[in-house]
Amino acid sequence: MIQLIEPYAEDKIRALKMGDMVHLSGLVYTGRDAVHKFLHEGGKPPVDLQNQIIYHCGPVVIKEKGKWVVKAAGPTTSAREEPYQGHIIEKFTIRAVIGKGGMGPRTLEACKKVGCVYLHAIGGAAQVLAECVTDVLGVSLEEFGSPEAIWAFRVKNFPAVVTMDAHGNSLHAAVLEQSKEQLKQLV
Amino acid sequence: MRNLKANLLELVRRTSAELPDDVVTVITSAATQEQEGSNAQYAMNIITSNIDMAKLKSAPLCQDTGSILFFVKAPKGFDQLAFEKVAREAVAEATARGYLRQNSVDSLTGKNTGNNLGPGSPAIHFHQHRGTRADVRLILKGGGCENVGAQYSLPDVRLNANRDLDGVRKAILDAVIQAQGKGCGPGILGVCIGGDRATGYLHSKEQLLRMMDDVNPEPSLSALEKDIVISANKLGIGPMGFGGATTLLGCKIGALNRLPASYFVSISYMCWAYRRQGFILNDSGKIVEWLY
Repeated sequence: MIQLIEPYAEDKIRALKMGDMVHLSGLVYTGRDAVHKFLHEGGKPPVDLQNQIIYHCGPVVIKEKGKWVVKAAGPTTSAREEPYQGHIIEKFTIRAVIGKGGMGPRTLEACKKVGCVYLHAIGGAAQVLAECVTDVLGVSLEEFGSPEAIWAFRVKNFPAVVTMDAHGNSLHAAVLEQSKEQLKQLV
Repeated sequence: MRNLKANLLELVRRTSAELPDDVVTVITSAATQEQEGSNAQYAMNIITSNIDMAKLKSAPLCQDTGSILFFVKAPKGFDQLAFEKVAREAVAEATARGYLRQNSVDSLTGKNTGNNLGPGSPAIHFHQHRGTRADVRLILKGGGCENVGAQYSLPDVRLNANRDLDGVRKAILDAVIQAQGKGCGPGILGVCIGGDRATGYLHSKEQLLRMMDDVNPEPSLSALEKDIVISANKLGIGPMGFGGATTLLGCKIGALNRLPASYFVSISYMCWAYRRQGFILNDSGKIVEWLY
């Protein structure tokens, strides 16, 4: 198990390899469909994204006794952000993107160029992952709706697998290729 | 309709937080099939801990609490309008309590209604039946897996799939290949052969009401269900698409008549977080049995 701890320096990120299992500790910003479209179209981010991590997540967050409490916080499908992600990684020097299902060639290329990785969280594991959120530091762009807002979370030992590294390797591309080969034997 | 709101609220809570035993059994067994130290085993271990934790905390298993799909079989004289009104109240209350995420968005304005109510949400499918009891079932189906559902119109040249069960098999396996890990595998497929585009998809979702270990009474479909699971697991896509032994946990196939001109294969992919629950209400509105 590799410990990935904030600050997310470029050399630490570039040292990660496809298939590495990591525990992430530090700051992450959630951002999904509305946020990506907004940033891609030139919207000014309300938080400083430089050297930070974007988490494709639409959490369930409830206010209890005046304090935000995360009730569920698993990843959402990342493929929908493929049209925007590469540009956003390059524009803001994003160091990691957390999500599920993997992303395509444009994102992979941006990861290589900037020094960024794709961390695959376990889809559906909302409770295990909510337990890893130790603090809600704030929320912005709430006008997009609660699941679509940018939530600033501090996480501890957040489990993920590096499925796309900064060297052009993608586990998703490899498994797709392999499974297509297997299918040929079956039909 | 006495206590109906409280009963439906409990149904939503249970469905969102607790996987049914038949589903847990197949997941637990699949977890032992993955190679020691593999990414797939890592994923399955987190999945099984998550199942336990959600139940313990009485909190949503997955943050995408999904489309809210009620399937109601009710006796003659059952007041559907009253049921629908109470179901809507229960859904709004469940959302306020955090059993459900704010998950219903106006498709034109992009605005989230904040309480899961709106055109099409919740979806309630009523059927009348003989007898005095109401059979109320709920599926919560997340968007990730709904997005990888697929509908094929056979024959399909790309797949070399004809209008027969071999063609159906090719279509289903293609859907599994296309889905890869994006639907939060290992998954469960509900499939309908035939029908029109709308009834086909609906019937594919109704297949998801079946128990994991039931046997299809139609031998040719039963054989196809088994074959699909074995073949899909040979593809090596694995949990989350990390590569591994279990790509599918189950496959349930039904058939509807079709028009001579049409031959649809409609496939609903359900993620491992297979949230379905239901109960039987007696004529005084009391829950007499939980169904899963």
